Amino acid sequence: MAKKKMMKGNMAIAEAALRGGMDIYAGYPITPSTEVMEYLSGRMIDLGRVFIQAESELAAINMVFGAGMMGKRAMTASSGPGMALKQEGMSYMARNNTPAVILNVTRWGTGLGSLNAGQTDYLRDTRGGGEGGYRNIVFAPNSIQEAVDITYDSFEVAEKYQNPVVIMTCANLGQMEEPCSFPEFKTERPTFDWAMDGTGRGIAARQRGEGSIEVVGQHTLDKVNAMIENEQRWETFEVEDAEYVFVAFGLPSRACKDTVKALRAKGEKVGLIRPITIWPFPVKAFAKLGSQVKGFISVEGTNVGQMVEDVALATKKVKTNLPCYLLNHGGNLPTVKQITAFYEGVKAGNIKEVF
Amino acid sequence: MAKNIKAPEALKPHRFCPGCGHGVIARVIMEVIESRGLTNNFILNRGVGCCCNLRSIEVDGLQCSHGRSCASTRAMKLLAPDTCFVTYQGDGDAYVIGLQETLNAAYAKSNITLITVNNSNFGMTGGQMAWTTLPGQITTTSPYGRPVDGPLPIQIPEMIANSFDPAFVARASVQSPAEINKLKKYVEKAIDAQMAGKGFTMIEVLAPCPTNWGLTPEKAIEHVATDMQKYYPLGVFADRT
Repeated sequence: MAKKKMMKGNMAIAEAALRGGMDIYAGYPITPSTEVMEYLSGRMIDLGRVFIQAESELAAINMVFGAGMMGKRAMTASSGPGMALKQEGMSYMARNNTPAVILNVTRWGTGLGSLNAGQTDYLRDTRGGGEGGYRNIVFAPNSIQEAVDITYDSFEVAEKYQNPVVIMTCANLGQMEEPCSFPEFKTERPTFDWAMDGTGRGIAARQRGEGSIEVVGQHTLDKVNAMIENEQRWETFEVEDAEYVFVAFGLPSRACKDTVKALRAKGEKVGLIRPITIWPFPVKAFAKLGSQVKGFISVEGTNVGQMVEDVALATKKVKTNLPCYLLNHGGNLPTVKQITAFYEGVKAGNIKEVF
Repeated sequence: MAKNIKAPEALKPHRFCPGCGHGVIARVIMEVIESRGLTNNFILNRGVGCCCNLRSIEVDGLQCSHGRSCASTRAMKLLAPDTCFVTYQGDGDAYVIGLQETLNAAYAKSNITLITVNNSNFGMTGGQMAWTTLPGQITTTSPYGRPVDGPLPIQIPEMIANSFDPAFVARASVQSPAEINKLKKYVEKAIDAQMAGKGFTMIEVLAPCPTNWGLTPEKAIEHVATDMQKYYPLGVFADRT
């Protein structure tokens, strides 16, 4: 493994994408994601690849759409309002079976949002976000190293399913620095019989995207089912005998892990499920839990609860009618003290479940 | 002199209305592409609207999202500089919802060819007013006629020619065999300029829309040749080929 280097999250992801074989980056500046494009504006030229500062988020995602249809490794990054603007393009990509990687360095909140690190895009990003029925695989790393590792292999995941892949970090993970190491540049590149190259070989792929409701509907369903079956990723911590299980992704999961450690030291039977893919949601992690579980606590950076809905659905894999509680810590990271107090409130019966 | 009257191979039967201009324009484009030996090195991206019907042409190409074809095409061209790219859009697609992408592709000196079919309304959706609609013209969203003291019909070729140093910009019409021949010469110039890497090329083509104009095909052609040209002069606006 190469020597570790202190690096800002946004730049580390950009470097990982380069090493993963990114051919083209198209983006528009938006805080807190802009370092991705700043970093790439020079690096892509140095490596003889294509960098476009687009006139808008709409243009950027449609550039990525075109590039992906050529079988090229394409990426864009954005946040909050910018991600909202990209949704139609992403829907076109799902329809046309276009691989690409889209990074959402999240803000908190509606409209302009705030520059805090929220998780309020959870439902939008995990449900596809644009028109029609489709899904994107959404990775939610909780460290810069994990973000690097996920980004490095994300193009292959997108190519496997011919579908966009979203990587969701947040303002904090994008702006902070952590030591990380980088894998070598990928040299092997697959070729695709569906890729448009001007010879006409992309006609079949194009016609599939333009096919009948039955054809497109069935193909999308098959793709979504395959992703659900193959791509659930998660980490569990101290869940074997846990009576209360925290569920958290991204940076807040680190505070949850510390909370589990602290509560375990006091003899409390608590554990953590950390979704690494927030779609497909790691239902399989819930299916492995024992019948001693008394409830789940969704810890999320939202205002109106979002992930708690998926937690509630996943509890069906444990037993019926388990209570699901919501600690929505808004645009600030939760503290161990805050999570502990919430847990104590749940245990004492002072906090009402959401589901 | 022998004339080639065989239709280009990739051109299959289309689904445009009787008397529509699209079929002629598509044929001219494909004749030029075939004559340059580019049929197997060609990507034809389509805008949204009546342009969607160009899916019948058997070449590589994207059905782009509404108005964004210039953006997609720009990026694709940078990844395959030796491949010929045409983005084929209507006036609603390229000049209304996609005005930003159109102007930015020209501004960026993208080495692509934009063909815009201007029939002064949104055709596919049933004939609504576009920024190209003539003053006084009745459409389904200007039932009393487009206000004569309102915005003027938008002249994008002139704007691009005057502002962004394009390689070639012209306006043609399908109103007569003579004008169709001129259109073909313009398309040849644009494609040749693109393949020589000279920069942005664009041709706007005035085309009849008898269905939405409520005119017979003959009357619609007459309207193109007379009323439309008061606002849309034909000719070459930029040429550094």
